[in-house]
Amino acid sequence: MNKKIEIKNLTVNYGTKDVIHKLNLDIYQNEVLAIIGPANSGKSSLLRSLNRMMDFHPTAKVSGDIKLDGESIYIDEDSTFLRRRIGMVSPLPVGLPMSIRENVTYAPRMAGCKDQKELDFIMEDCLKKAALWDEVKDRLDGLATKLSGGQQQRLTIARALSHHPEVLCLDEFSIAIDPVTTMKIEAVLHELKKNMTIVMVTNVINQAKRLGDRTAMMLHGSILDLDDNEKLFNGVVKDQRTKEYIEGLFG
Amino acid sequence: MEIKVTEPAPLAMEWRQKKKEKPLGEKIIEGMIKTGGVSCIVLIAAILFFILKESYPFLVGAFNFKEFFFSEEWYPASVVKIRYGILALLTGTVLVTVISMLIAVPLGLACAFYISEFCSPKVREIYKILIEFLAAIPSVVWGFIAIMMINPTIIQLFDVPIGLNILNASIILALMSLPLIISVGEDALRAVPETYREAAEALGATRWEVATRILLPAAKNGLMAAALLGVGRALGETMAVLMATGHSIQIPNSIFEPGRTLTATIAAELGESPKGGEHYQALFAIGLVLFCLSFVVNLTADYLIRGRRQ
Amino acid sequence: MFKPSNHLLNKEIKEKKFKNLLSSITFFLFLPALIIIFWLFVKGHSALSWDFLLMDPIEGMTAGGIFPTIIGTFWLVVISVLVACPMGVIAAIYLSEYAKDNKLTRIIRLAILNLAGVPSIVHALFGLGAFVLFMKMGTSILAASLTLAVMNLPVIITSTLESLKAVPHSYREASWNVGASKLQTIRYIVLPNSLPGILTGVVFSVGRSAGETAAILFTGVAFYLPFLPKSVFDQCMALSMHLFTISTQVVGVPDAFPYATALVLILLILSVNSIAVVLRSYFRMKRKW
Repeated sequence: MNKKIEIKNLTVNYGTKDVIHKLNLDIYQNEVLAIIGPANSGKSSLLRSLNRMMDFHPTAKVSGDIKLDGESIYIDEDSTFLRRRIGMVSPLPVGLPMSIRENVTYAPRMAGCKDQKELDFIMEDCLKKAALWDEVKDRLDGLATKLSGGQQQRLTIARALSHHPEVLCLDEFSIAIDPVTTMKIEAVLHELKKNMTIVMVTNVINQAKRLGDRTAMMLHGSILDLDDNEKLFNGVVKDQRTKEYIEGLFG
Repeated sequence: MEIKVTEPAPLAMEWRQKKKEKPLGEKIIEGMIKTGGVSCIVLIAAILFFILKESYPFLVGAFNFKEFFFSEEWYPASVVKIRYGILALLTGTVLVTVISMLIAVPLGLACAFYISEFCSPKVREIYKILIEFLAAIPSVVWGFIAIMMINPTIIQLFDVPIGLNILNASIILALMSLPLIISVGEDALRAVPETYREAAEALGATRWEVATRILLPAAKNGLMAAALLGVGRALGETMAVLMATGHSIQIPNSIFEPGRTLTATIAAELGESPKGGEHYQALFAIGLVLFCLSFVVNLTADYLIRGRRQ
Repeated sequence: MFKPSNHLLNKEIKEKKFKNLLSSITFFLFLPALIIIFWLFVKGHSALSWDFLLMDPIEGMTAGGIFPTIIGTFWLVVISVLVACPMGVIAAIYLSEYAKDNKLTRIIRLAILNLAGVPSIVHALFGLGAFVLFMKMGTSILAASLTLAVMNLPVIITSTLESLKAVPHSYREASWNVGASKLQTIRYIVLPNSLPGILTGVVFSVGRSAGETAAILFTGVAFYLPFLPKSVFDQCMALSMHLFTISTQVVGVPDAFPYATALVLILLILSVNSIAVVLRSYFRMKRKW
């Protein structure tokens, strides 16, 4: 299998303590990698290092190297183009203060797409993928901030898909969505993985089990366990704590 | 459940090419923002520089620390013996500031209490707009009011020969700094979490008890900052004080005597002093004193406000 | 049946007294503002006329009108805002969006915050030293409006910084996340949503400039100039300065004149501030989040 992302010796530090310590991880092309682990184990920081969001954090220090398609993500000084290749869905829904239409077409427009037909197509396509189209198709010019939390979260997903990223990072995308919609989106993710690589952080262990090809267990800034789902969820673990976490004994 | 995914989209997607370079226009604008930001900051630093530059010859020349700060003889244009003592001016500034604050701080804080604790949101909004209007009245109009309205009132009420005196200036300064004290004080009170009030009221405390036992300690720093900002405002006020204090460089014996403040001295004398002369430089030195005074006051206020936030 | 004890009744009475005391204090504090405007109107309205507004002052300012002072104030305010507004906004954008969060930035922020409280007469000294003398502009409209601009700069920066900070950080992150550059994020997300606050701050600073006297006293305003300025290198008259002059320096001015001048000045400033208040409530209604 092709290595899409290679993380070498990644260390992230917010000024005092390492939240991620010398982490090594390979992510393969077209797989769904689920990352589980208790709170504060560095899952989100790991995701945010992938698209260099850490650049904008005032105190964060990142060392080590991350390669995307064999090329360091730090090769350009400006991280804008990297972030077009790696999509990101944050845990809290953010509808940008503009219309729904403008929200979904925001990324292509910022990338320089001016063709209205293309934009319309992207909008419809992405809203359908995010299972939101039916609910909003009659009010596309309404304010996105007026949508409900769950709808805004799906809008966030639609926006993340709109620039056709090669890698899609999802940080606990389902906290604000009801189970039915979650299942719809999970089905979409399952389809999407044919064309992209998906990294998702989740607190729902069953979600990792359902969706992931592989699952990584993180604790205190390093990876305890990383294996195919068949093995990991059937008791084949390197660290006993992984098993305990999966069984709900701690965390 | 059937979900159709059209991928890859049948589109040209020319915009999706992996450009590596930032567009030139963006680079230029960002460069402009950065230079603009930095030069603006340099400009601000220049304020201190120019005041220092103009007062420098005086500070290394005729300046005598003891005379400057401890003599009340300010005779910058005297033919016989030139003296630069700012004690009288400093006293004037301190006097009007202190007296005005004695009036304005208790009243302003009481007002802030009322607006933040007793008013309905609608009434509060009206008061806030009124405060803004009050704050917008320019100092020269206040000075005019001092001459035309307060001056005769003082003469009538206290039976004194002139109404342009320390008292008059203090009243005007109190009125001028009230809006600032009220609005900053109100902010400080509103920053106290609602849960504090609810908890105290649930225990049966009256509003008076809530105000004195809960709010006062909790908003202490913010209220002090409000008072200090009022001091800063009073300290630096020029035109109103120039018009209200009368013209007399002396340490006043009572609040019914005229006086002169640091700011008013600069405003009154800078026009007459020959540019680049010693008198002119001495006035810049007074500006330096004012600059430092206001800086200390504002810094302390800022520290208090921030201490509250943390 | 529940009967309140004496102790509780006392408490209630005390409570009422406390409230009444505070409300009367507040009421009497705001009374002067209304009285002042009313009083200016009563005393000054007899002199208010189109002639007063549109004529030059004549006979040593004891007759005629205040036209040149209105024009002068207009030029001073417009030029100072044209300079201070873009500079202040750009500096605020730099500080809030670009500057790294280090010690130097914090010192600069602190300095700006404190400079907003420096007395205007100190700014006048700076203007005299820097613009009039050092840059050899002489006492001119340009020097005076630049002084006003420098005086307003920290105020505009502070209010702009606050408006920029009011835009939730999550919007910026969401925009960066989908591959918008920093500048695009500022242009399409941050600025449109902070514009109302920035505008309100700028309009308030216009009001402040229009009433300012001390800062323009030595930098470009003449006591009496019987003609209109021809270029920015001329001196001019100003409304605020004119009020100072005719109420303290000139003898024989008709009684109503200074009142009418003060009235015009206050009405001018209040109408500018009303614009800001209306703007603010309008945008608050239209708020997008």
